[in-house]
Amino acid sequence: MSGPSTYQPTNPALQWIERRLPIIGLIHSSFVAYPTPRNLNYWWTFGGILSFMLGVQIITGVILAMHYTPHVDMAFNSVESIVRDVNFGWLLRYLHSNGASMFFIAVYIHMFRGLYYGSYKEPREILWILGVIIYLLMMATGFMGYVLPWGQMSFWGATVITNLFSAIPYVGDSIVTLLWGGYSVGNPTLNRFFSLHYLLPFVIAGVVVLHVWALHVAGQNNPAGVEPKTEKDTVPFTPYATIKDGFGMVCFMIFYAWFVFYVPNYLGDPDNYIMANPGVTPAHIVPEWYYLPFYAILRSIPSKLGGVICMFGAIVVLAFLPWLDNAKTRSSRYRPLAKQFFWMFVVTCILLGWLGGKPAEGIYTIASRVLTFVYFAYFLIVLPILSRIEKPRAVPNSIADDVLAKYGKKVVSAIAVLVLAGGLIAGGVQDARAQEHGGPTPPSLKWSFAGPFGKFDRGALQRGYKVYKEVCSTCHSMNLLYFRNLADEGGPGFTAAQALAVASDVKVKDGPNDAGDMFERPGRLADRFPAPFPNEQAARAANGGAAPPDLSLMAKARNYDRGFPQFIFDFFTQFQEKGPNYIDALLQGYVDPPPADFKLPEGAYYNKIYPGHAIKMPKPISDDQVTYDDGTPQKLENYAKDVSTFLMWTAEPHLEARKRLGLQVMVFLILLAGLLYFTKKKVWANAH
Amino acid sequence: MTTTSSAEHTRRDFLFVATGAVAAVGAAAAVWPLISQMNPDASTIAAGAPIEVDLAPIAEGQDIKVFWRGKPIYIMNRTKKQVDEARSVPTASLPDPASDQSRVKEGHDQWLVVIGICTHLGCIPIAHEGEYDGFFCPCHGSQYDSSGRVRRGPAPLNLPVPPYAFVSDSKIKIG
Repeated sequence: MSGPSTYQPTNPALQWIERRLPIIGLIHSSFVAYPTPRNLNYWWTFGGILSFMLGVQIITGVILAMHYTPHVDMAFNSVESIVRDVNFGWLLRYLHSNGASMFFIAVYIHMFRGLYYGSYKEPREILWILGVIIYLLMMATGFMGYVLPWGQMSFWGATVITNLFSAIPYVGDSIVTLLWGGYSVGNPTLNRFFSLHYLLPFVIAGVVVLHVWALHVAGQNNPAGVEPKTEKDTVPFTPYATIKDGFGMVCFMIFYAWFVFYVPNYLGDPDNYIMANPGVTPAHIVPEWYYLPFYAILRSIPSKLGGVICMFGAIVVLAFLPWLDNAKTRSSRYRPLAKQFFWMFVVTCILLGWLGGKPAEGIYTIASRVLTFVYFAYFLIVLPILSRIEKPRAVPNSIADDVLAKYGKKVVSAIAVLVLAGGLIAGGVQDARAQEHGGPTPPSLKWSFAGPFGKFDRGALQRGYKVYKEVCSTCHSMNLLYFRNLADEGGPGFTAAQALAVASDVKVKDGPNDAGDMFERPGRLADRFPAPFPNEQAARAANGGAAPPDLSLMAKARNYDRGFPQFIFDFFTQFQEKGPNYIDALLQGYVDPPPADFKLPEGAYYNKIYPGHAIKMPKPISDDQVTYDDGTPQKLENYAKDVSTFLMWTAEPHLEARKRLGLQVMVFLILLAGLLYFTKKKVWANAH
Repeated sequence: MTTTSSAEHTRRDFLFVATGAVAAVGAAAAVWPLISQMNPDASTIAAGAPIEVDLAPIAEGQDIKVFWRGKPIYIMNRTKKQVDEARSVPTASLPDPASDQSRVKEGHDQWLVVIGICTHLGCIPIAHEGEYDGFFCPCHGSQYDSSGRVRRGPAPLNLPVPPYAFVSDSKIKIG
């Protein structure tokens, strides 16, 4: 993209095209012949990784939109039907939801790299500002995308974030009404967010084109921060940069695949597996991890308008960076003071992220205020002063000299720091989310479906189904399950005939018939599990005012605190079994009579696991209540474990397929990464 | 690097080819789920299960239209006259030769069950219209006889017979 190309294709057909539309020349000059500094390190591969992630998000997003219904009554279930029924729907959905996190991980690394090596300095100011604009667009897109599944956190996140605009004096409330298209977050809001969530990625793609254009005009910065002077300073983009970017990208894909196949809900919020309820706010509203530092800044300011201004200011200030930092030396490598302050700033951002996930009270508020000051001080005080007083070290004469100097590699340690920091933030979020479930920690049981090779125990699933059917289903609905699911692969292993027999035992209301009357018929495989009550009001009335929640997703919608540093280990051990642990412990957690010092409210029962201990559900099951045909002892602990297993399957029916495909993908990616590594070494052998 | 031996060259070429091939296989495999998701999902397939239709309310000379897999199915209780007309035509003279016997179930000769989608461009023909006592498609004027066989117009093929069976004398199962 840097001026007319001198490329001439040899093929006459291509020559014919080239004379009319020099597109091959454009590609050749931008991505083949384009000179790239030969001293780039792996931090520079994140530009390519980001392009890849944008592509992944657009492709999976367009596909998800083919199956998604943007309506308040149907959105939640349509997302679940994607995951359950669409071919590879679970894969596409997890790729997209985790892809958003990967996108932000990559963009933060990309931004910190720019900050460290002074990539925003003359002549790359516009390039940097375009990047800030992309980042803002990403935040808007990510926010609106998070609203679409219409879970509890979607709804309340949308409510809280749109309410930010009400802080604007005079017109704030009108703006909020305009954003909502109503008097509260509702169907019009969901529809427009869906429309904009589809639009904005293409706007991002457009700004990315400008970003790359500006990059190719100014040329890439490099770790030495000196401009290329001779041909010895650069290598052609292809094959040198392409193979290096390819290797970096595949390594990143391994990281991404770990999330998608093994811990797909690690970064998500269990509350979002509960359908949006405008009448109940979750105890702790926590945004997705990538907004947490800004959320901490917002909450640290005691004034509403002030908080909003500071939050947006924290992003806008980035755009002024090229003028706040006047230092002639670009790379922090040669700026002893700037380097130290940079790392302090990184730590500040991570701590702000951690605080964003904590409740806004006591020491956390004070810490947030101090760190908010430090955040702004870095840009507004430290950088301007440093550029006047700092004595930089001598920079190398040329890039070639820099390559010969063999600068020490600290990539591995830096990656370790980042992983730890990411874990800290994620853990902070999980902490905050777990606070609302403040009961004692349930014991971690051994589950056959845990770990990378996990499989459901068919016997446990069948027994669990029996317990569910004879006990749970008298009060709890199971709306997302169909009779046909009983015969699905990876499920309880019913034959189609057995599943049909289960279905035809049930009377399903159908109609109207030709006479206009509703009638009852035997259930079919395509029918849902019947609900015990016709509507929520009836369920409420029959159960002392507390409607028994739907059980379909229960095993993914419950959470508890695992504590630091356990949650970091959980990422590596693929611990995903909080829900079943909780359900199992809850069913066994009834204590009668309650402890003497506990005042039990009317119509409640004491449960040592339930948060607050006063649960409205009476002890649902005891020893010998359900007959087991396979000789398993009819003990409460077996009932609890079997029904928890069954509920894990109803919440994640493709768990086995996910882990199986995950293994194949991992083996493939590691093989490809190995091949790319050696290819890269060969290619670069004569460049070093 | 001018002294690279040819053996080293081969090894390098092999590495490049292997890497490229593995990457290409991966890319191709990644496309599979993206295409496969377009196929009918599990709920659509389950909803396309066989249906049972009660024939008792359909009087002689009448027909009903039921939907199976989103397609209209005509079930026609043919009169003696309609059956005779269908069977008196020389099969060989038809655009899409087929005997009436091959299009109905033996012993239930008066019952015609056909998918009511014109084989020309997918419009729905109207029953009991046209010159052959069968179906007439209003879109482009195709005419089908009382056995659902095309007799005139642009349609190339007869109305297809869906898979079905008699569960009892007055009940069929389609699918």
